[in-house]
Amino acid sequence: MNIIVCIKQVPDTTEVKINPETGTLIREGVPSIVNPFDMYAIEEGLRLKEQFGGKVTVISMGPPQAKEALKEAVAMGADEAILLSDRAFAGSDTWATAYTLAQAIRKLGAFDVILCGKQAIDGDTGQVGPGIARQLKITQLTYVFKIRQLDPQAQKVVVERLLEEGREVVETTLPALLTVVKDINQPRYPTFLGIRRATKMEIPVWGAADLSDTDASKLGLKGSPTQVVKIFSPPKREGRVDMIQGNTVEEAAAILADKLLAEKVI
Amino acid sequence: MALLEINTKECIGCGACVDVCPFGALKLVDNIAVADDKCTACGACLEVCPVSALSLPERPQAKEEGLAAYQGVWTWVEQFQGEASSISWEMLGQGRKLADQRKTTLTACVLGHNAEHIAKEAVAYGADRVFWVDDPSLAVYRTQPYARILVDLVRQYKPEIFLLGASSRGRDLAGSVATELYTGLTADCTGLDIDPQTNLLRQTRPAFGGNIMATIICPNYRPQMSTVRHRVFEMPAADGTRQGQIVSVKPAMDEAQIATRVVDFVTEQGSVNLADARIIVSGGRGVGGPDGFNPVRELAEVLGGAVGSSRAAVDAGWIPYAHQVGQTGRTVRPDLYIACGISGAVQHLAGMSTAKIIVAINKDPEAPIFSFANYGIVGDLFQILPALTEQFRKKLHK
Repeated sequence: MNIIVCIKQVPDTTEVKINPETGTLIREGVPSIVNPFDMYAIEEGLRLKEQFGGKVTVISMGPPQAKEALKEAVAMGADEAILLSDRAFAGSDTWATAYTLAQAIRKLGAFDVILCGKQAIDGDTGQVGPGIARQLKITQLTYVFKIRQLDPQAQKVVVERLLEEGREVVETTLPALLTVVKDINQPRYPTFLGIRRATKMEIPVWGAADLSDTDASKLGLKGSPTQVVKIFSPPKREGRVDMIQGNTVEEAAAILADKLLAEKVI
Repeated sequence: MALLEINTKECIGCGACVDVCPFGALKLVDNIAVADDKCTACGACLEVCPVSALSLPERPQAKEEGLAAYQGVWTWVEQFQGEASSISWEMLGQGRKLADQRKTTLTACVLGHNAEHIAKEAVAYGADRVFWVDDPSLAVYRTQPYARILVDLVRQYKPEIFLLGASSRGRDLAGSVATELYTGLTADCTGLDIDPQTNLLRQTRPAFGGNIMATIICPNYRPQMSTVRHRVFEMPAADGTRQGQIVSVKPAMDEAQIATRVVDFVTEQGSVNLADARIIVSGGRGVGGPDGFNPVRELAEVLGGAVGSSRAAVDAGWIPYAHQVGQTGRTVRPDLYIACGISGAVQHLAGMSTAKIIVAINKDPEAPIFSFANYGIVGDLFQILPALTEQFRKKLHK
């Protein structure tokens, strides 16, 4: 089975602290990590390979240092890794990103499954997965919580998708693109041998010229329909916390209950 | 790879751009600003530069006459098992305002089977026109047939603005439709308004784990598409006397052409629909174990709310992931959020800090959650929650 996993290197936003005086972000020392949702995609790809054989290829679009993210995937067990990096890709929004990744996947040749995280934690859009699927004209299954069944011979897959009201069980034919949520598995740690392999591996870098039949006007900033016009800090929550105290727990609970009823939120 | 152009002759080394860069891509080297590969060409630095030394490459100009053909505001009405989701009406409410501002009409797209009542409701909630597509193949949402119908309708009728809910289905559908149409899509908007000068839709959304807000436009492509977060825009009042046109549209695909089949739907016990919940009671590390959620559940039940959780409690295996609130879980915006035994890590705050009223119950008086809360109690949640449940039971006569 040919499995492709799309990953993104992101700043670890959980490490971001806010300067209490200015309300701005403190970014110093914020490490770059593999997008957490993509870790589940990598793990799921490795599990499919272990079960059915084949190859896991990880791809990422980003600056040269995104090689580190790809190497982490290799250390976990991915077979091949490709970095898409070119000045021509810079400033891509989700449309141009999906287009570029899809062009690279076309170049890789036949595949059975593409795996992505449900969204990246820096942009939080969840749009690139569906975008790649649409570009490649294949089925998309988003928010996958579990692969119930996969039959590479019959080219069939049955998954559970996590929706607001519960879990939807869907069946489709391969090839398909799956975006996965956190609960699908527990990502493994890199192995010693994997780390050694990753350290030695030369990761190929593809630029715009390496992607055949690519329309240069659809890449990067000029291929991106959306434009950011303003960036600002979110409005701070107003007022100070009202700390409820009482002589007994019951009294404190009664005071809080009355205040919440007065707020008319119950 | 940075696209940012820095005029080193103009740069005075003031560092204003360094402070404002959301990605930490700028620094001063020998008193001159330098951008590294982390630059995403977002443009946040351009306006703060006092000497206009920063610029981005120019984009192609709009093809004016082509864009003018696109008119009207559209929304997609999401339904599940024959019932429209509340976010669809919230969008019609906001869509109405945008349409009035643009002096144009509001259209709702309703897809389903045996659910014509939803088309009628859409008129009551503000639509001037409803495209109603009724077919057994549309009874349950599936990307392929739904996207195909919307793409065909957009190509034929050319709306200027198209809004979808930022639910799982809405984000699934919008991503597919915008890609096929080659237009801009802004996810998870919490603000939508029309720029009075340019008449463009200004789409504001949180990014970077809610640490920054970005306003995004789509000047040269149509329609301007957004997905909109739950409970951000006010629910409009339904007016049964409103008149609107219901246009029946034929489905675009046969069942045989559709690659997916929904074979089952599994619902968890108890309410986990956090996105729609008006009240959420959440437990964190402080609940101590799976049984520790019992008092949380009891309070949620008496208040008619949903049960949420922090990442710590999910990772410990005390409660299923579907309950997780925060950056790697769900983003919620209830009227009341009661955080029990939750310290308030950045990633949790990213998912709930826009709740109307936040109550924090925690043993640790120094827990960061208290600086985001409206009300706080320092103490043992195993004593406070049962007492609070009892109080509400009495006061709400339950």
